[in-house]
Amino acid sequence: MTVRRGKQTIVYATKPVFLGYSTVGGPKEGQGPAGSYLDKIYPDLTMGAKSFEAAERQMMISAIEMALEKASLSRSNVDCFIAGDLLNQIISSGFSALNIGAPFLGIYGACSSFAQGILLAGVLVDSGAAEVVVAATSSHNNTAERQYRYPTEYGAQMPPWSQHTVTGAGAAVIAARGQGPRLELATMGRVMDLGIKDPLNMGAAMAPAAADTIFTHMEDTGRKPDDYDLIVTGDLGKVGREIVMELAQRQGCDLSRNYRDCGELVYSKGQIDNAGGSGCACSAIVTLGMLFSQNYKRILVVATGAMHSPTSCQQGENIPAIAHAISIEF
Amino acid sequence: MGTYLTAFLVGGTICLIAQLLFDLTPLTPAHVLVILVVAGGILGGLGLYDPLIKFAGAGATLPISSFGNSLAKGAMAEAACSGVIGILTGTFELTSTGVTASIIFGFLFALLFNPKG
Amino acid sequence: MKDVLKDPKAYQELVKDKVPKPRLAKNLVMAFLVGGSICTLGQLIQNIYIKFFNFPPDKAGDPTVATVIFISGLLTALGVYDKIARHGGAGTAVPVTGFANSVVSAALEFKREGFVLGVGSKMFILAGSVIAFGVVTAFVVGLISALL
Repeated sequence: MTVRRGKQTIVYATKPVFLGYSTVGGPKEGQGPAGSYLDKIYPDLTMGAKSFEAAERQMMISAIEMALEKASLSRSNVDCFIAGDLLNQIISSGFSALNIGAPFLGIYGACSSFAQGILLAGVLVDSGAAEVVVAATSSHNNTAERQYRYPTEYGAQMPPWSQHTVTGAGAAVIAARGQGPRLELATMGRVMDLGIKDPLNMGAAMAPAAADTIFTHMEDTGRKPDDYDLIVTGDLGKVGREIVMELAQRQGCDLSRNYRDCGELVYSKGQIDNAGGSGCACSAIVTLGMLFSQNYKRILVVATGAMHSPTSCQQGENIPAIAHAISIEF
Repeated sequence: MGTYLTAFLVGGTICLIAQLLFDLTPLTPAHVLVILVVAGGILGGLGLYDPLIKFAGAGATLPISSFGNSLAKGAMAEAACSGVIGILTGTFELTSTGVTASIIFGFLFALLFNPKG
Repeated sequence: MKDVLKDPKAYQELVKDKVPKPRLAKNLVMAFLVGGSICTLGQLIQNIYIKFFNFPPDKAGDPTVATVIFISGLLTALGVYDKIARHGGAGTAVPVTGFANSVVSAALEFKREGFVLGVGSKMFILAGSVIAFGVVTAFVVGLISALL
């Protein structure tokens, strides 16, 4: 039976399996460190679609199809589809759900959607409510830019603490039986707000949520950072990661040996001149592609998301953020 | 109406001031450009922008502050002729080129091109 | 301490420490050089209109502005302008090149939403405040001058 441990952690008694998983990315992502692990690299951002939005959902559907293929399953086997993305009304997910045909539970966790989707898929499978659940997420640099910031051809100068939204999609088939990495624990995050207002400084906005979830996870489970081969945050970037290191040090939590950030892992230094990658796909493609291919025994993936909108920022509100953690055993 | 050197120096200086505001304050580019336009309008009203144009030529007419100056001068000139109603009828008289050209070319390029990102 | 996580002021101090400084020197130099160069180019264009197209000096500003807007718009549509502007900063944003880029980039972007609801309605999404505040300032200035 799925049980709760401590304040915010879920224990999956049957340890649901990542039966199949797939990642796709754009040209920049293909040239990055995670590129060789992508199942498909699109040569340009238009992807032959009629709009950037259409291109994004094409990526999500493609990742889902390949994940199902690797799991030797078809659309008809899917008991539930959980997905989220950055676009208004999560249209990438909703329209992909139309294509997949399974019952759909749309979620919004901004860039934490990857972990949020997996943890919920795990609950459905572990509780016996479903045998096969597909969890997916996507993001596209141009759809994010035109919605959150500026038209894509606008000549804006971004500060060095800003980040670059990853173009890509990741999908995982979570099942009750089979071989593959296993989901053993998840810690649900609380929304945190420490007064950051700058929408270009996502790292600083989200770091407190990441730190809070990591500390709570350790408290709830009685574990230490060394119990994991790797602890990785979703998209804090260079600035956010350094902030988390500092917060952890002050808390007496030693992250110095095995803590990284997907936003820093997704692009190489020569590709960008800012703090790193961001977006829902950032944690998804780095985790399901790169990290799942290393010989880790156990990793903690802490995906981070900012709960603001352009409207809330323009109205002078702070940027609250959230982080969800999932512990995966290999 | 200005030389290449004065155009370079004055234009460059106005941009430098704006860049200081970009980097050292939380103001967005839109905010800074609005400040420049308003400044141009006020200086125009005080009769101080035209001497700058005489000195720097394009160094003063190309920055967006010149737009504010032209709008203000248009309003004032027409008001001097027709009274207060002139403020409404005359504001765009000197600047219609900029706005009209932007709309026409915006439309034209949208017809012919797509954004690449 | 979980204290920092409960103390926004202390957290913001920590953030200030970790956030890299903007590359101020480079940005200022580039803004000056790029902005100055664009204005010098504008001066050249204006002189061409005076010399070869017989525009009187005080009327040559209009075709100059239109030409600069056309060039900026074309560079925007070709996908080149944003690459220049990344380095130019205020040097490209402040001259009317920035105004043209904001209008053309918006027109291009929202084409997907159609010409009426996209291009037409959203063309001035970035440049609108410049026009609005310019007109309001002109109104105040004009009113004051009319009443004096």
